Amino acid sequence: MTDSDSFDDLRDLYQEVILDRGRKPRHARRLETFDATAKGDNPMCGDRVQVWIALDTGSIARVGFEARGCAISVASADLMAETVQHRTVADTKSLFEAFRTLARTGACPDCAPGLAEPMEQLAPLAGVHEYPSRVKCATLPWHALMAALDGAKEASSER
Amino acid sequence: MNIMTNPAALDVERIRGDFPILTQTIRGKPLVFLDSAASAQKPRAVIDAMVQAMETQYANIHRGLHWMSERTTEAYEAARDAAATLMNANDRSEIVFTGNSTGAINLLAHSYGRGVLKPGQAVLISGMEHHSNIVPWQMLRDANGIELRIAPVTDAGELDIAGYEALLEDGKVGLVAITHMSNVLGTVVPAERVVQIAHAHGAKVMFDGSQAIVHRKVDVQALDCDFYVWTGHKLYGPTGIGVLWGRRDLLERMPPFMGGGDMISSVAFEQSTWAAVPHKFEAGTPAILEGIGLKAAIDYVQTIGYDAMTAHEASLTEHALARLAAVEGLRVVGQAQDRGGVISFTLDKAHSHDVATLLDRQGIAVRAGHHCAEPLMRRFGLDSTARASFGIYTTRGEIDALADGLLRVREFFQ
Repeated sequence: MTDSDSFDDLRDLYQEVILDRGRKPRHARRLETFDATAKGDNPMCGDRVQVWIALDTGSIARVGFEARGCAISVASADLMAETVQHRTVADTKSLFEAFRTLARTGACPDCAPGLAEPMEQLAPLAGVHEYPSRVKCATLPWHALMAALDGAKEASSER
Repeated sequence: MNIMTNPAALDVERIRGDFPILTQTIRGKPLVFLDSAASAQKPRAVIDAMVQAMETQYANIHRGLHWMSERTTEAYEAARDAAATLMNANDRSEIVFTGNSTGAINLLAHSYGRGVLKPGQAVLISGMEHHSNIVPWQMLRDANGIELRIAPVTDAGELDIAGYEALLEDGKVGLVAITHMSNVLGTVVPAERVVQIAHAHGAKVMFDGSQAIVHRKVDVQALDCDFYVWTGHKLYGPTGIGVLWGRRDLLERMPPFMGGGDMISSVAFEQSTWAAVPHKFEAGTPAILEGIGLKAAIDYVQTIGYDAMTAHEASLTEHALARLAAVEGLRVVGQAQDRGGVISFTLDKAHSHDVATLLDRQGIAVRAGHHCAEPLMRRFGLDSTARASFGIYTTRGEIDALADGLLRVREFFQ
């Protein structure tokens, strides 16, 4: 552990959970059996991610991913995999919209109350809104997830 | 004046006083701007020249018969003289103004590529080109049956001269289009040898001098090259203006690139005739104010002098390489013997984007990414690097701030 006091100026974006997940993601693996997969590619910076989804009667059973990118994108993919597990596809799409608002604005005041718990888990990523060039790092894995759910092979990050 | 008595000494504090932006604070910390290779900051002289032109004499050029247009035409055309002198061009008419280096290379790829090169001939670039010196030639290849060849780069990040020469041996290469200094590795290419070898095999040579002209005296007659392109905004001038220098006989053989006003001799619906070089290549109202700004930038650089600039930069680069070598887990990409003040690096515990953001939090601006040179990144097995680049206003203290900042980043990511 580092001495957090001496890194106050660095910690608003890189909270401990992001450093930890970026270093040791829990869900960074290719699924052996899956129902959908898609790649995400950010041509501006070279970040790449692929997600695999296993479905179970309209819900997401598991998500695995492989990512080459920064701590933000890896941590975001990992937190995404965790928060969408056991969630219906429709719910997952709502959560994506809520997360995108969070990443762009730092808050999601109109988010559905039912999403409060996963949004709290995703809250450590809210700091990216202050870094317009980094928002896409956080949202790229979600774009890949949405592409997979929609049956597409590839997603591009928003510019 | 110190600079006059000792040409190798550069009074960096006085120079910093010429750049209004350097007094800024970023996130409450003094700005440490180490991204000049992407675009350099502008001295007061450039800012004032452009503002003054707008406030006192602005009008369109080459067509007005009134005082304002004449004064502005003179000011704009003075930039052509300044650029010709800067590069030691044989004649001012060899200076073609473009939008930037990319515009200059596209002009050459269209006009020389389609008008002079023949299908079956080849263009030879290197493995360390910026995308702007790759994609226009790919487009030419696909449209006109011109082969595209890539000269190899060594593990040290230098041009593989033997590999380069081998690609010229069959005599099919009509044009070598190669960087003079890598925007990623800082490598300065042995330009005279590149030209000698190319000419011995019947190929012309274009240098992309976007980086080199900022750091080294460029003498196109001494280099004996055929074309040389660069851009104003990296040489402390404004955006929107670049230069294509070409030998006059070659420019005269090339058809126009864009058609329009200013590039014609006469126009009739049946047929039009072209203006003489360089105007044949300068269709439409040009970047007038930017030309005036470029003139001021060239004057500024000439006053400081390349001897002082190059020495300053060499000292900074040496200091930076020593400081960065002491950062555990840091790898500098490219170890060229002859290099300029552009240093790319990776940090083992942190992705380059995280490095850049965490340095930014400390007020230090570097670039991170593939630097518009994806093939070179792949050559070194990388997706991205962080890059620090220096200018005439860069101080040793700023390099120390970078090294200290990187030590903090590394500790943060432990």
